[in-house]
Amino acid sequence: MENFDLKKQTPNLIVMALLVTLPLWINYVSYTQLGTQVVVMGLAAMALNFLLGYTGVLSFGHAAYFGLGAYGAAMTIRYIEPSTGLGVIVGTLAGMLAAMLIGPMIVRLRGVYFAMVTIAFGQVFYFIAFRWNTVTGGDDGLTGWKRMPLDFGFAKLDIQRDPTTFYYFVLVIFVIAVAIMGLLLRSPFGRTLIAIRENERRTRFMGINVNLHIWMSWVISCTFMALAGSMSALLNNFVDPRAFFWRQSGVFVIMCVMGGMRSFWGPMMGAAIYVWLQDYLSSATPNWQSFVGLVFVVVVLFFPRGVMGIIRRKATE
Amino acid sequence: MTQLILFNVMNGLIIGAFYALMAIGLSLIMSLSDVINFAHGGFLAVGAYLAYSLAPYIGFWGGLLVAPVLTAILGLIVEKFLISRVYGRDPLYSLLLTFGLAFIFEDGTRYIWGAQSLPYQVPGWLMSPLSSSFFFLTGYRMLMIVLIVAVVAGLFVIMTRTRLGLRIRAGTLDLETVSILGVNVRILRNLNFGIGIYLAGLAGVLAAGQLGLQPTIGDSLIMPSFIAIIIGGLGSLTGTLLGGLLIGVAQGITTVFFPSASEAVMYVMMALVLLVRPQGLLGEEGRF
Repeated sequence: MENFDLKKQTPNLIVMALLVTLPLWINYVSYTQLGTQVVVMGLAAMALNFLLGYTGVLSFGHAAYFGLGAYGAAMTIRYIEPSTGLGVIVGTLAGMLAAMLIGPMIVRLRGVYFAMVTIAFGQVFYFIAFRWNTVTGGDDGLTGWKRMPLDFGFAKLDIQRDPTTFYYFVLVIFVIAVAIMGLLLRSPFGRTLIAIRENERRTRFMGINVNLHIWMSWVISCTFMALAGSMSALLNNFVDPRAFFWRQSGVFVIMCVMGGMRSFWGPMMGAAIYVWLQDYLSSATPNWQSFVGLVFVVVVLFFPRGVMGIIRRKATE
Repeated sequence: MTQLILFNVMNGLIIGAFYALMAIGLSLIMSLSDVINFAHGGFLAVGAYLAYSLAPYIGFWGGLLVAPVLTAILGLIVEKFLISRVYGRDPLYSLLLTFGLAFIFEDGTRYIWGAQSLPYQVPGWLMSPLSSSFFFLTGYRMLMIVLIVAVVAGLFVIMTRTRLGLRIRAGTLDLETVSILGVNVRILRNLNFGIGIYLAGLAGVLAAGQLGLQPTIGDSLIMPSFIAIIIGGLGSLTGTLLGGLLIGVAQGITTVFFPSASEAVMYVMMALVLLVRPQGLLGEEGRF
């Protein structure tokens, strides 16, 4: 660390301190599984924001890759080999591969048209999971499997029964993934993505292959999305087609917006608020869906810059 | 076999006409206001349930006339007070707004009319087959086709022969210039939204007679409508109509030979169109 700037690192340190100590204080406000859920959804939202907030490309179909990660992990553990590690790897690669193949068909499109095509492609996987009963369990979801304890040869980690151990397992994966995304965004590659967001035409004039960069950003974003999806499957020991459903894509987008798309940790904040709110509403009222819809409307009309946007404005005033 | 294929092609045409009715409304709104109306399916459900609730008082025909108009009025209100507030901002916000509305509409219809599916009474004489050799050709199906054709034809007349239609078409090409020429763009977008929602409401009433009523009735129709727009080409109403009918028929034919792929086939068609002709069959190049 040659140029360690404490001021710049403060947000990272605060988030890390909160996440590492989470199992110590979470029981006063909630329960450990919900904390794990926040980390998983936070990873998903941050993965989406790589594309949405930093490249400025409007994807509304990210649930597809989340679902691919989830089904990839679940089906690997159920049918191929009861190994958590292998499940995560297969799930993540499945999402990456799908993104690589679908990417060339969509990188030429922009704006709402891009959003519409990504959402339509997302539905393909929903129908596959829904229709292919014999393998995917159809509408009932895929059961009959469990996340397995990790075996490193020299040591065993029981993530199966102990929720706190599992939380730290997810947190380690989260930190690695987020660190990679953060480093990518600080690299020349990441700066190019931001340039595309700010002014695509000018970036093109500079001789940069914009479509190729959008494709790369898309694949990176979907890969981490799939990783988050596989974590989510492990967390619930269950997957069902709703993970793919287009409504879920909208939920990921609202997490980014609610927290603040222009901020690195914003989507994480949005995910935490959303997960907690949904948990609370769904236990408080059968009409929780209306309230979730209301949250969408209120955020769009009154808090378009999200929580981090408000904090920043307060700080500059 | 011939009869089976004919039956499914016929079925596909009817389903396709539904898709087209939804898709044309979506496409109108999308090309003039740059908004993907995710709540379109919600409006469709509202139209269907309104017709159901009104039927005891004004009958089937009254419901068919009045419910879509009421739905359109609801659309005008929603546009005026909510959607118009995000025009000119990043399209992301309009998408999220209609997304939230879709949640509220679905839950709202479930709250008011209940989650279980309700039967929708269609006059008995409409339900009987017209001839014994073409058992699938009921009066109701004929009515749907005639109505959809009439409404779409009417829409094309409006778009090509009236001042309103001319302004809408000009607005999709260059809204700023239209505004400078003295057209009140706010009202134009409001009316255009209303027309789109009228079509959704009508599709809802017609679908209710065919499929029955449930809060998620719009959900199964909205994704094919997106695909109809993508295949036909955004900005071309003829293209959207063609796209809707094409995927309907393709679905019908696939049902004969490989029923479990009947949903997948439209996605394959979409992928092919995007690879070969990204602007859609009748879309103009360079629009997106």
